[in-house]
Amino acid sequence: MWLNALLLALRSIRRNLLRSILTILGIVIGVGAVITMVTLGNGATLSVQQQISSLGTNLLMIRLGQRQGPGGGGGGGGGIQPFKESDVTAIQSEIGGIAAAAPEARAAVTVVGNGRNWATNVTGSTNDWFTIGNWKLASGRMFEPDEQLAGSAVCIIGETVRREIYGGAVGTLIPGAQLRIRQFSCNVVGVLVSKGQGGMGNDQDDIVVVPFHTLQRRVTGTRTVNTILVSMEPGSERTRIKASLRQLLRERRKLTDSDDDNFNVLDTQQIADALSGTTKVLTTLLGAVAAVSLLVGGIGIMNIMLVSVTERTREIGLRLAIGALGSEVLLQFLIEAVALSALGGVIGIAIATVASYALAHVMGVPYVFDSTINLLSLLFSAAIGVIFGYFPARRAAHMDPIEALRHE
Amino acid sequence: MSAVLIRLSAVTKSYGSGQARLMALQGIDLEVAAGEFLAIMGPSGSGKSTAMNILGCLDTPGSGQYLFKGAHVESLSRDQRARLRRRFLGFVFQGFNLLPRTSAQENVELPLLYRGDSATVRRAGAARALQSVGLAGWEQHTPGELSGGQQQRVAIARAIVTAPAVVLADEPTGNLDTQRSHEIMALLVALNRDHGITVLMVTHEPDMAAYARRQVHFVDGRIARDEANAHPATAPAAPTETV
Repeated sequence: MWLNALLLALRSIRRNLLRSILTILGIVIGVGAVITMVTLGNGATLSVQQQISSLGTNLLMIRLGQRQGPGGGGGGGGGIQPFKESDVTAIQSEIGGIAAAAPEARAAVTVVGNGRNWATNVTGSTNDWFTIGNWKLASGRMFEPDEQLAGSAVCIIGETVRREIYGGAVGTLIPGAQLRIRQFSCNVVGVLVSKGQGGMGNDQDDIVVVPFHTLQRRVTGTRTVNTILVSMEPGSERTRIKASLRQLLRERRKLTDSDDDNFNVLDTQQIADALSGTTKVLTTLLGAVAAVSLLVGGIGIMNIMLVSVTERTREIGLRLAIGALGSEVLLQFLIEAVALSALGGVIGIAIATVASYALAHVMGVPYVFDSTINLLSLLFSAAIGVIFGYFPARRAAHMDPIEALRHE
Repeated sequence: MSAVLIRLSAVTKSYGSGQARLMALQGIDLEVAAGEFLAIMGPSGSGKSTAMNILGCLDTPGSGQYLFKGAHVESLSRDQRARLRRRFLGFVFQGFNLLPRTSAQENVELPLLYRGDSATVRRAGAARALQSVGLAGWEQHTPGELSGGQQQRVAIARAIVTAPAVVLADEPTGNLDTQRSHEIMALLVALNRDHGITVLMVTHEPDMAAYARRQVHFVDGRIARDEANAHPATAPAAPTETV
């Protein structure tokens, strides 16, 4: 009986091909929109996660300033006593589960080299900074220990700075290249592998790194440490490490029990969670808006099915007269509606796959095939067929064959 | 004559209520034996269509009894009557009622589909039925590609594909010219004669009724005359005199 009803429904769809296509257009667009939105949203989420993990996994950032929520950037902290270099050493030696710790200080500068200017940021830190931040050398070398101690005039540059100042092939280092940072000139000893856009849309490769002492003595002229970067060993307990860090720093900064922390510990994992949480909410929202068009598509199916039932009154009368049961007619029309909407779902999925693949490429986010949303959309469109097809089908099944046959 | 196939006893049917109440049938008694060819005649409003609907188990009597093969049709449910129709009855309509844009083959297969036959059985059955109405080779043509006479032949093929006990034909020649009408009548006569199918035909054309071996005249919801036709017409094409 089911197989027969399916056969009858398919034959009927084939008979009214143009109308069938118009009927499913709403579903096609609805399913297409939902899947495209969700796929692109997933791609954006993944892209954000990738960018954040490129910051460094298991990374903690300790900054000056009052405690703020995750993602809040309390850099400056005017009047608050800065960190000292000895804090970094203490963290490394006194807390277990720490892979590396590095001080960090930054200054905005215009660098000059090869006859070109470039406004960028200069970062002062140690070799550990590269490990913590997942930086790799494209060419050249790291800082030598004596360069770090002495604050020598050496620097390692990011891909963007290399491109803007020296040009040439990606990652190549011109031997003996010089770069002038404010009043001093330094040897470019290394070029970093590009990390691309950061989680906040910033260019991570627009960077010049010098030894920490070089920055202190030759650029900022202070001995302050504004930020300490800490990377944890894989699989270590972040909560315990964060608690120990806080305890250690409170002691070293001589805070009494009544004092609030005047520093805060940011966890990249938290930032990643917050950001991907945001994109997920946006994805859901866009998907929900698109789902409304699915509903509209369903109403379109009901409309056409009602017209179809009226138009095919004589046909229904005939079917009933030659012995079709009411339930068989109901099933035929119901299956017709479900087949139509499921077909619309399949076409919608095909279109969405092409569209989201192309759009992901244009938007520069990875294409992530989400089988759940595809399956869900297909089931949902079939369900729409059942819901919106039932009323017209019932109407057909309850017709009086005599009246129906007489219908003009 | 063989056993009684159909027996109507004191069947009435009315439509509407109160002042507008219309007695379409005012007590009909009719017996039809298997293998008969019966023409039901009468002016419009005489109740012949109502009687046909009841005989075709599409409608139930208001009162009275309808025995079909010994079953009380008046007490059957809607689905039971549908099952009875699919098993024992075939319908031919004035307006052919073929599914548009559908091949003759698929149109003829339709009753077999509802009976649950397999694709092979359906195809063979449809081919056989189309052959017996002289339309072998026309299986893949849609109604739009067939003449009126051919369409009615397809409809007849659809009615007989289930090998029914009774074929009910409601003005089967009403939409056809004289030539085609006589061809269709010859076909119905042949089905009745060669396959032993009982034919009940409503018509208001005496020429067509002349093919039947029995004529029942309805007037005002009653049977006015019920007479045998000793010399049913046989020759197609030529008009025949009424008895």
